[in-house]
Amino acid sequence: MKPIPFWRSYARLLRPDVPADVDDELRFHLAAKIDQLVAQGMRPDAARREAERQFGDVGAVKQMGELLGAERERARQRKDYWDSCAQDLRYAFRTLWRDRAFTIITVLILALGIAANTTVFSVVNTVLLRPLPFPDSEQLVWLESGKEFSAGLRGTIGLSGVTYTVDAYQELQRHNQSFQQVASYNPFFGNGEFTLTGRGEPRAVLGLMISGNFFQTLGVQPMLGRLFTAEENQKGGRAAALLGYAFWQRQFAGDAGVVGQAIILNKKPVTVVGVMPAGFDFGSVFSPGLRVDLYVPGIMDELRTWGNTLALVGRLKPGVSLTQAQAEADILFPQFRAAHKDWYEAYLTTVTGLKEFVSGKLRRSLIVLWCAVGVILLIVGVNLSNLLLARAAGRSKEFAMRMALGAGRGRLIRQLLTESLVLSIAGASLGLALAYALTTYLAHQGSIALPLLSSVTVDGAAMAWTILIAVATAMLFGFAPGLKISSGNIQDALKDTGAGMSAGRKHERMRAVLVISEVALACVLLVGAGLLLRSFLRVLDVDLGFQPSQAAVIKVDYDDGNNYKRTGPVLRELLHQVTAIPGVESAGIADMLPLGRNRSWGFQGKGIQYPKEVATVALVRIVTPGYLDAMGMRLLEGRDLSWQDSIDRESVVILNQTAARRFFPGLYPVGRLGQVGGRDTRVIGVISDVRQQSLETSATPEMYLSMAQAGPEGAELVVRTKLPPETLAASIMQTLRSLNPAQPAAEFRPLRQIVDHAVSPRRFFVTLVACFAGLGLVLASLGIYGVISYSVTRQTQEIGIRMALGATAFQVQLGVIARALRLALVGVALGTIGAIGAAKWIASLLFGTKPTDPVTFAGIVVLLCAVALMAGYLPARRASRIDPMIALRTS
Amino acid sequence: MDKAQLELVRGTLDVLILKALVWGRLHGYAITDLILRQSDDALLVEEGTLYPALWRLENKGWVESEWGLSENNRKAKFYRLTSEGRRHLRQETKTWEAYAAAVGKVLGATRPPVAEEGR
Repeated sequence: MKPIPFWRSYARLLRPDVPADVDDELRFHLAAKIDQLVAQGMRPDAARREAERQFGDVGAVKQMGELLGAERERARQRKDYWDSCAQDLRYAFRTLWRDRAFTIITVLILALGIAANTTVFSVVNTVLLRPLPFPDSEQLVWLESGKEFSAGLRGTIGLSGVTYTVDAYQELQRHNQSFQQVASYNPFFGNGEFTLTGRGEPRAVLGLMISGNFFQTLGVQPMLGRLFTAEENQKGGRAAALLGYAFWQRQFAGDAGVVGQAIILNKKPVTVVGVMPAGFDFGSVFSPGLRVDLYVPGIMDELRTWGNTLALVGRLKPGVSLTQAQAEADILFPQFRAAHKDWYEAYLTTVTGLKEFVSGKLRRSLIVLWCAVGVILLIVGVNLSNLLLARAAGRSKEFAMRMALGAGRGRLIRQLLTESLVLSIAGASLGLALAYALTTYLAHQGSIALPLLSSVTVDGAAMAWTILIAVATAMLFGFAPGLKISSGNIQDALKDTGAGMSAGRKHERMRAVLVISEVALACVLLVGAGLLLRSFLRVLDVDLGFQPSQAAVIKVDYDDGNNYKRTGPVLRELLHQVTAIPGVESAGIADMLPLGRNRSWGFQGKGIQYPKEVATVALVRIVTPGYLDAMGMRLLEGRDLSWQDSIDRESVVILNQTAARRFFPGLYPVGRLGQVGGRDTRVIGVISDVRQQSLETSATPEMYLSMAQAGPEGAELVVRTKLPPETLAASIMQTLRSLNPAQPAAEFRPLRQIVDHAVSPRRFFVTLVACFAGLGLVLASLGIYGVISYSVTRQTQEIGIRMALGATAFQVQLGVIARALRLALVGVALGTIGAIGAAKWIASLLFGTKPTDPVTFAGIVVLLCAVALMAGYLPARRASRIDPMIALRTS
Repeated sequence: MDKAQLELVRGTLDVLILKALVWGRLHGYAITDLILRQSDDALLVEEGTLYPALWRLENKGWVESEWGLSENNRKAKFYRLTSEGRRHLRQETKTWEAYAAAVGKVLGATRPPVAEEGR
């Protein structure tokens, strides 16, 4: 074979032509045949006829050739495409490796942005978007009574105001048409506090009283064993319990043999009938932060006389809407009320979706959080665009060269997109790993009172979301520089030596716009975070009405032999011994602590007529003498309880200020008589208000009764000491055990913890938003630094000339810093406008802080300008050190 | 060409083409010619089967083609064995040899096989 001379080799220059190829090949064959026949002595025209005869059906062969040729052509194109992809990829890896510093910074920035987004998405997805972890969970609804009360009043009454009596519950069960089932549980968790004995150390466990149909209503099956039988739900039935998964693992090491065995709760044998699955966590859905260990049947006939004790959950019949259920409830409850004259209230009911009940309050906060990470992602995108643009400017010659060598515009953009895709995939992988660690960490934060937090994971949806944002970011930050480059004029780029040519100028303007938007976004984020942070500090600053520091709490189990007459003396002895421990300054016991569970009873000043709108109820705390002291509560009038206020003496009560003002308007309360539970009770003191429900809500009426005179619901020992609580834990436990061997092992926890728990959701949001804002600030300052630093490099010559003409180093520095400040100020100005809008939008999340809080705004403006100064100072210093001689020589 | 010509056994055409290309680049016409001469005029590959077979081999990646000039300076498509094609040829040759030997043994037998023992 001889090679084809070049002038004949351009026949298929433009594109492959399969039919022509086949034609040529066959024509050659015939010609060769004819040559041979002629050589054998045939005449040319006879030879041609003979050759064609021998060949047979040329048309059929041609057709076959075209078909096969087209197939080959397709395969070749496919291969070319993937080859060039692989080439792009190899090239991307090579250039990125060469520019390691750039690559590492980019991937890190991306990873942080993506980790923040994936983590927040996982939380949002779990808490807001995903249905509750129950089958057909959209049918589940939450029923809340107290619709007839005003919102403020409902707050006053606390949990008692939104719960039902057994009678009301059973009436609803009997007469409703909307529900498949209505289930209930006892949300006064103190009723389910047990001491588990007979298995190692005595242990305090929390049981939840549930109605027999509770798990059927939710659609949860036990993992082992069975649910309660009808008999077990009846009064006098066999005592039974279902174990929660975590408790089963912790206490029984996941031993399946425990099902069917009896365990000892409060000295009575209780049969374990089953274990609930790992996926069912009562606390995370119904009462964030609460750890329920086991479930026991709520015996309705026993609960009947306890007043408002039940929280209701219903499952709607298929096809019944929330509105229909609400309409039915609006009709039913007044009818019940009419039929039962003895009911204290009408239990007018609000029906909400269970999902709404669980996460409705968090929606705003979570959406704010989501927006904050969205802004972070935008800043990350802008920052990367900026970095890539700077890099592209440095590479414009390379690209011009490649274009001159025949690379198409599309091919160059594809190359750039490949690079940014590689970067964003690397960033996304790292970010995903970070997010995974973060969500795992969050899921194990039992102390954060957020619902469903324990089930937060990076799941498929979060993964898809990550991929989506990674690709979107890659497109965003890869495309802009790509277009920019490929639209440039090759000749200009090749000639441009980087010294103030027009293309460079245009580049710089675009980068300035990017930096300004970055600063503006960061400003919005910072102002939002600043406002939330200030609110958080305000919340921490709130006068709690007690001193959470230097005090600790432990749950105690005292043994008064179920004889209420002995309660007083037993507790007196207990406290006497505890206060004798060295280091203990004071000690006292209450059945319920502030910021935790609550219940309310009626209170009426004797001989006082109240207007109709005044609710004569107050939260009730049953405490011992010394408790107020140990808590650091402030007695304003009268005296503390004393051990002389025993069961056979006059009943006494201490009110808080709000209660005193409400129940004895315009009167001096101390010494007056009130009615509590039908008993005359003398007011002996007034204390200053204590935050009871949360730090944010102001105090509600409260009364403190003596433990010796009223039935407490559990007992929490509060010890005030200057020593670290853990040093006292052992001796206190020893004392308690000596008095009651069944005293369960319990944690001696700082009082501070209950405050921390109460502010944990706010702390959670503030921490996250502040982190995001900090990240935004760093990115924005990086952006400013990058632009200014680049422009200094580009203007080395210009600065050199100016210095040669007599400009001082100070003037040069000033010029550079002024440029940085100008960028920042424009960004801040725009950002402030955005921030005002954003602040209005988050107003409902603020506490004691106006959305237009001038301190925050001013602080952020100063902060951003300071950061801009810093970011400008470094390049400025470099600029002022330029040696004119060297600068001028380099060109 | 007046000697008795043999029908190609099915499936052997591919191997023959690959074998023809072992000696170097050839265009289609030269392949027929080579096979004809190497088989002492016993195997004539017809054009109608040769070209489709060549194209198929090319699609499979066993041969590749290139335009070049023939001895008479005509533009012709030359085929060349790829390394993959060479490997395939080696394998097919072995198979063919085993097959031919087996057929030969059966057809050349002079006695019935010895009865198996040990039943």
